[in-house]
Amino acid sequence: MYGDENEVRMKKIIGAQILLEVLQEQGVEVIFGYPGGAVINFYDHLPDYSCRHFLVRHEQAAVHAADGYARATGKVGVALVTSGPGATNTVTGLATAYMDSIPIVVFTGQVPTPLIGNDAFQEADIVGISRPCTKHNFLVKRVEDLERIVNEAFHIAGSGRPGPVLVDLPKDVIAGKYFKKKAVQPSFKGYNPNYNGHAGQIQRAMQMLFKARRPLFYVGGGVVLADAAAQLTDLACRLNIPVTTTLMGLGAFPEDDYLSLGMLGMHGTYRANMAVTESDVLVAFGARFDDRVTGRLDKFAADAKIIHVDIDPTSISKNIDVDIPIVGDLLDVLQKMLEEVKASGEKAELCAAGHDEWLKKIAYWRELHKLSYEQDDIIKPQFVVEKISQLAQGHDPIISTEVGQNQMWAAQFFTFTKPRSWLTSGGLGTMGYGLPAAMGAQVAFPERLVIDIAGDGSIQMNSQELATVVQYNLPVKVIILNNGYLGMVRQWQELFFDKHYSSTQMNHAPDFVKLAEAYGALGLRARTPEEVEPILKQAFAHPGPVVVDVVVAAEENVYPMVPAGEAISNMLLV
Amino acid sequence: MKHIISVLVENEFGVLSRIASLFSGRGFNIESLTVAETDDSTVSSMTIVTQGADHIIEQITKQLNKLINVIKVVELTESVQMAREMVLLKFAVNSGAKRLELLHLVEVYQGRVLELGSRSLIVELTGERTKIDAALEVLAPFGIKEMSRTGMVALARDSVK
Ligand SMILES: Cc1ncc(C[n+]2csc(CCOP(=O)(O)OP(=O)(O)O)c2C)c(N)n1
Ligand SMILES: [Mg+2]
Repeated sequence: MYGDENEVRMKKIIGAQILLEVLQEQGVEVIFGYPGGAVINFYDHLPDYSCRHFLVRHEQAAVHAADGYARATGKVGVALVTSGPGATNTVTGLATAYMDSIPIVVFTGQVPTPLIGNDAFQEADIVGISRPCTKHNFLVKRVEDLERIVNEAFHIAGSGRPGPVLVDLPKDVIAGKYFKKKAVQPSFKGYNPNYNGHAGQIQRAMQMLFKARRPLFYVGGGVVLADAAAQLTDLACRLNIPVTTTLMGLGAFPEDDYLSLGMLGMHGTYRANMAVTESDVLVAFGARFDDRVTGRLDKFAADAKIIHVDIDPTSISKNIDVDIPIVGDLLDVLQKMLEEVKASGEKAELCAAGHDEWLKKIAYWRELHKLSYEQDDIIKPQFVVEKISQLAQGHDPIISTEVGQNQMWAAQFFTFTKPRSWLTSGGLGTMGYGLPAAMGAQVAFPERLVIDIAGDGSIQMNSQELATVVQYNLPVKVIILNNGYLGMVRQWQELFFDKHYSSTQMNHAPDFVKLAEAYGALGLRARTPEEVEPILKQAFAHPGPVVVDVVVAAEENVYPMVPAGEAISNMLLV
Repeated sequence: MKHIISVLVENEFGVLSRIASLFSGRGFNIESLTVAETDDSTVSSMTIVTQGADHIIEQITKQLNKLINVIKVVELTESVQMAREMVLLKFAVNSGAKRLELLHLVEVYQGRVLELGSRSLIVELTGERTKIDAALEVLAPFGIKEMSRTGMVALARDSVK
């Protein structure tokens, strides 16, 4: 407890030190940050603590790096920046993390409390600005409240449906003196996420599932966030039920398993979209029926009963009516489902044995339209991703992406077998995410092979971070699928705007090899299909950061494609 | 359909704007909103009147519940609620006859006269929204010079449960 006698015996320290001590207590090992006047006290004391600080080159990248770190490790990522422009530069990072439910805490400097509201130098109302793109945010008005608020911020970020939390720190608060007290568990009047799946609902769901003839699991990022991939895989295999994942769910189920249908949705596989359309019981695990997944809503799984498991009640029955909702932690619910399977013996066995016809149909779809491309004498981007996938096996790879065609090809042609090995901006679709996110993951796992599958447009949005990866010798491999276009937008222009390629040509890109060299990284280039494998091998073997510029076919398209707003069975196939 | 949502929130700076920006950001509409401290000074009570189909109202209550500072959300259906609004009206009245007629009507609506000047009159009316609407219609011909109307406040009744 916070006794007064206790305080007398303790020594007062400044807010910045209190913050650093709380970070230490929270187990924070890594901070991505950028200094400035409002947080100078923090940087003054930073070297006294064990926490490692990575100086990025742009605040947006600090937030993406914290986000990549969080996705790869499951821990709360941390970024710290100064007031005003430092704070506003974090907004895209916050919105990216918010859309994908990623736990991070972002600290922003703020002008001294007496100046707030006065349009002081480098003042920005970041609490107001970030309100709609954070799970919660705080302005710390008194140093006395600092410790409690920081602990609350970490708790909120990591619990329930995770998300970014921003803590705004006025200069007089982090320079003001107070005591560091004993850690206490934060308590809230109204915030208390429900982790326990309702047993009765789970039983009903399992009875429905046992009777299904054409069941399908539709798996989203929630399963990854809840660290429940193993349980999900176990359940699917025991009941012999095929699995399709969303973009965010990649890695939650091993794609080399015969039950894997790959990704569904706008650029999903033929078999996944057909299976959704013809399923009779669809179980959504930690997915939110996003419009890029469902296409036209009334045609999505129109004949299926829908069971929806999610930690967030607002996700349930938001876009689609659900027959059996189950609110709870994915891990808890999946464990209970597995218990039901074990307890129901014969019923479960019958269920598992009863899907032959369904699986045969899926196998037929698989053969009918495979993900494919034709490799001629110009390098095809899909070929590059397939090669990356082959050559990276055995190196425990983590793949990040930029946004656009590169992202979709990475999702389609890389074979994901492990959760938390895939970092992509799904909800917001943030170009410039991939390199800083890869950097964050590489900090967490220096020994793993971390690859950013990039586009020539996107990489230019945060290429300044090459300086950071070189400075800290983070051996990130950036593989640019260089098509000379803002390819995904060009694809839409080709298909829906009569090839009116307005503002999508990237004909003034830098020489990426020289750019890499200018930063002190290794730069490589592949121009022919024969060069791809040796160049990738060279890149993966290099102990430091590498940029590989792969000159790929300029007007290759991502297929299958469901035109926006159409039924997902309505795929353009070539 | 009109819905009344009663929300208990932590009485903290910025909470009102969190609620307001939730409504604007998600395209929900607010017809009226009242806020006041409760007997516990760390807790405020809000009454929000909104419109929408049932699934929208369900989303609104879920989204409100998701806010960290929200303690409790209750949707008050008409059968279980007591709801009141108040309006203050200023009339310009010159003729004695008109004044008598007006005073009579105010009485019919159980209103109160707050100020009786030689040329003007201020009246307070309290009641359900429909009653206030009806009164305003009847009183309009007297020439309402100024008007100030509260949003709705509401409580759940104990007797119906
Ligand atoms: C910050 C941001 N601005 C704009 C967009 C819109 N956008 C989506 S994909 C894309 C093209 C990306 O080009 P590139 O990185 O070269 O990838 P490609 O599609 O060619 O593989 C654009 C502009 C976006 N997603 N993010
Ligand atoms: Mg491109």
